[in-house]
Amino acid sequence: MSASKPNKGSTRPVSVEVKNLTRKYGDFVALDNVSFEVHAGEIVGFLGPNGAGKTTAMKILTCFMGASSGQARVAGFDVAEQSMEVRKRVGYLPETVPLYPDMLVYDYLAFIARMRQVPADKIESHIRDTAKVCGLTHRINSYIRELSKGYRQRVGLAQALIHKPEVVILDEPTSGLDPNQIVEIRDLIKDIGREKTIIFSTHILSEVAAVCDRIIIVNQGKLVADGTVQELEARVRKEDFFNVVLAGKGEAEMRKFAQHALKLKGAKQADVVDSQGKQSTVTVSCSPGANIGSALAKIATELGLELVELRRDSLTLEDIFRTLTGDAEQVAAERRRRALRLLSGDGVTLTEADKYGPVGAASEDKGDDADASGDAADNDPDEAPAKAKGDARKAG
Amino acid sequence: MGAVTWIARRELSNYFGSLTAYIVVILFLLMTGGMFWLDFFQGFPELSMRRLFADAPMFLAFFAPAITMGLVAEEKRSGTLELLMTMPVSDTQVVLGKFFAAVTLLLVTFALTLPYALSISTMGDLDWGPVIGGYAGLVLLGSTYVAVGIMVSSWTKDQIVAILLGFFFCFTLFIMDRMFSNQSGVVAQTFEYLSSNYHFQNIARGVIEVSDVVYYLSVTTICLTAARVTLAARRW
Repeated sequence: MSASKPNKGSTRPVSVEVKNLTRKYGDFVALDNVSFEVHAGEIVGFLGPNGAGKTTAMKILTCFMGASSGQARVAGFDVAEQSMEVRKRVGYLPETVPLYPDMLVYDYLAFIARMRQVPADKIESHIRDTAKVCGLTHRINSYIRELSKGYRQRVGLAQALIHKPEVVILDEPTSGLDPNQIVEIRDLIKDIGREKTIIFSTHILSEVAAVCDRIIIVNQGKLVADGTVQELEARVRKEDFFNVVLAGKGEAEMRKFAQHALKLKGAKQADVVDSQGKQSTVTVSCSPGANIGSALAKIATELGLELVELRRDSLTLEDIFRTLTGDAEQVAAERRRRALRLLSGDGVTLTEADKYGPVGAASEDKGDDADASGDAADNDPDEAPAKAKGDARKAG
Repeated sequence: MGAVTWIARRELSNYFGSLTAYIVVILFLLMTGGMFWLDFFQGFPELSMRRLFADAPMFLAFFAPAITMGLVAEEKRSGTLELLMTMPVSDTQVVLGKFFAAVTLLLVTFALTLPYALSISTMGDLDWGPVIGGYAGLVLLGSTYVAVGIMVSSWTKDQIVAILLGFFFCFTLFIMDRMFSNQSGVVAQTFEYLSSNYHFQNIARGVIEVSDVVYYLSVTTICLTAARVTLAARRW
């Protein structure tokens, strides 16, 4: 299913096309030569730290602002040359929800519908439909000033949808909402996205994973990534971790397990961590994409160990985001530390060097978390070549 | 109906939905009416509206900015301008919609002073020429001040700044002809021509001349264009 997602868009016509878009404010470059495409019916998450240029890009796409250079086409029209045509086909929710507090929700939506050139005889039905989609039907006769933050956000969304636009651009539609409201708005976006092209910006990463077909990440005005969550994950991932919780035999058996695990293709390091009574956790790090889960389970069975839990520590969206927009080294180190979080007190680390040596020679690691990360940092540079060598040896 | 009408209607319903409209109308009537009737009963009773038209230009210099201060500034502050500017309407339509809304509010206010003229006319033979001229002058003058007010409102997000700048420009226009009252020459004539009050007093005599009308229309156009350019400037 997930593999077919990127194809879903590419077979459809291009709905938003941005080419070498640059926007400067004086000397400050807010957008630097950004290019991307969004296909009809796609939901694209626009990610980036504050000040990365998300809002600027959206303001250009909605014709609020001009670009310093480059082109943008929305729904087939150029934003600079055919601004009015673009505006008719775009729904826009700016970062600050644009509401007239002294208007009734109905009057407000009717005003927007008229301004958006909805035919007079269709205004009524458009308001009804949109209010229903946005869950506003029972508040339609309230003054906007009386609405809660969550409902105001819905009114803001409703105004962006009232003319049934082809493209919907939402600038941080969930900011300032409580968790329940965030889920509601998110579901709403997913609903709308069945029919329309949606670009929305956010810095809540779980939102992107839950809603988007594709992610575009900008940082300091530059486009740093464009792809599905899976694609970006593959691009960023340097190392994978398996956490195996075993029970049954003593520590010697655990070490044996770790040693066997190390022999698997792609395995780089195995740590026996956190022996609590009869249960122990073994963390096996391996090269990205190495699918050693079932093999690990098999080893456990062969050694007569009881497999309590086998879990792959997957890369979170936070990791991806921070790797692409910030300090990649630090993120990798933190991830390692997190995977080895159980490493406290007595633990044993088997590394590449122990692969063919006796179990007893395993280096003892008595460090705490901080030490573990220190280890990680120390090992990092050597790991890649060492692993390559290991693989070569096995292959030969 | 076009976008201009819808924008104007929204602004008007905003005026009459809040206290603004009522306060402006009531205060304007109280002040001009008070001056007019106090003078009428205490001074030499005169069958004309001259008293009203003598004071109105000055009061308008304060009331017009009060009704225009929020027209653009408030939309800028609350973010609704961004909405307005991304809808399929031109900047000119936005400015004109707001202009007509404020002018309509002034028209309502002026209409409410008509009973003064009607009650005086029952007392004797009222010369309607200057009355009609005076009202025409009020509408032209009011439109000009509204245009000035919209221009300054487009410069800022802060309504207080907008109203103060509006006072300053409108009052400057009003007082210009008195800066060189006892002198002749090109400078004095220029200042006289630039004064809103000078043209108003011409019209209020009951003689509507082209040059006076041209003055008001050109100041109005210049200010509205300046407002439009300010709105368009965000794109650069």
